[in-house]
Amino acid sequence: MINRPTPKKVRIRRSMMFMNAQKPNLLKDAYIYGVDSIIMDLEDAVAENQKDSARFSLFNTLKNIDYGDTEVIVRINGLDTPHWQEDVRVCVAAGVDGIRIAKCESADDVRTVEKAVAAAEAEFGVESGRTLLMAALESPIGIMHAYEICTASTRLFGVAISAGDLRKSLHVKSEPGGVEMFTARSQVVMAARAAGVQCFDTMWPNLDDEAGFEAETIQARQLGFDGKSLINPRQIAFVHQTFAPTKAEIAYAEKLIRSFNAQQDSGIGVYTVDGKLVDVPFFDDARRVLAQAKAIGIYHGEL
Amino acid sequence: MQIKHEAIAGTLESSDAQVTVRPAPELSLHISSSVLNQYGRQIKAVAEQTLKRLAVERGTIEIVDKGALDCTLKARIEAAIYRSADQSAAGIAWEVLA
Repeated sequence: MINRPTPKKVRIRRSMMFMNAQKPNLLKDAYIYGVDSIIMDLEDAVAENQKDSARFSLFNTLKNIDYGDTEVIVRINGLDTPHWQEDVRVCVAAGVDGIRIAKCESADDVRTVEKAVAAAEAEFGVESGRTLLMAALESPIGIMHAYEICTASTRLFGVAISAGDLRKSLHVKSEPGGVEMFTARSQVVMAARAAGVQCFDTMWPNLDDEAGFEAETIQARQLGFDGKSLINPRQIAFVHQTFAPTKAEIAYAEKLIRSFNAQQDSGIGVYTVDGKLVDVPFFDDARRVLAQAKAIGIYHGEL
Repeated sequence: MQIKHEAIAGTLESSDAQVTVRPAPELSLHISSSVLNQYGRQIKAVAEQTLKRLAVERGTIEIVDKGALDCTLKARIEAAIYRSADQSAAGIAWEVLA
């Protein structure tokens, strides 16, 4: 019997890979890929008449397979379906780390799920507040409400933008360079950073177009996302590499922290490093870069 | 639990099992498996244990195993039994299935 450790709200989430909860051959060894989080899907991947069976599959898999450090999140069915409440019960009873709310459109949606999660925690004797939440923003109204969604619950660790449905609502199609999603993506990043939670880019559906996938991943990093959703293990390596700090970024962060430590007692608030003016926000950012590099095992220095 | 009508859960895909249950006056278990020689006893043990825990006393249980892990087999049996009792959709006592 597997009992997973208490989930961490703040952790590295560069990659979140979708897995069909109904397919045992996919679920059983999903931890071997080294993805940061897996999202077991009870929603779109599972046919309407297999929702019940998928829950038994999910429950028994989680109780018997050790996913180790891989975070386990479950995407539950929409709040407009008859399925989501039982989805919440099985998630909590199985001890998942977090629940992904599909098609989230308001803070009330988050609070509705939070209430059901709290009730299930009480029902199954699970530590109160253990189960984390994340929300997928897939509609214009969801994007417009991004900030209130990001601040709706202390359980909520982040939001993901989901482009498939959003493009249809916006009357646009996928364009090279992603110009059609630019406003929505930026708004999600802005809301998440304002609220102090993480944000994740949409998945790239076209597995044959590797160049498109790579360009979109790089753009997501440039826009400020923490990670990206995935549908295939072969996308993991590029995403991990893209969302990790570069060697140059790590070296610069190290230099900043060392200089800060040296200057600390001298009472100087602003000075230059490599000929460029630096002050307090630079050091906070440098600490974040080093913490991230340490967490993913690519920093071996002394700081 | 009582098997009220025929029900099926699972698929014939690799690493899965398909379980069919039917009402019958006595309990009987029929197993066919691609790995029967190596794992036949274990499959039977998992099936018997699962049925016992669900307090299934009557019915025909047919398992077509395609190399499922124990936890998958257990999940398919549970889903088939709950479906046969029209109780699979909601309000499941998950703590009992752990």
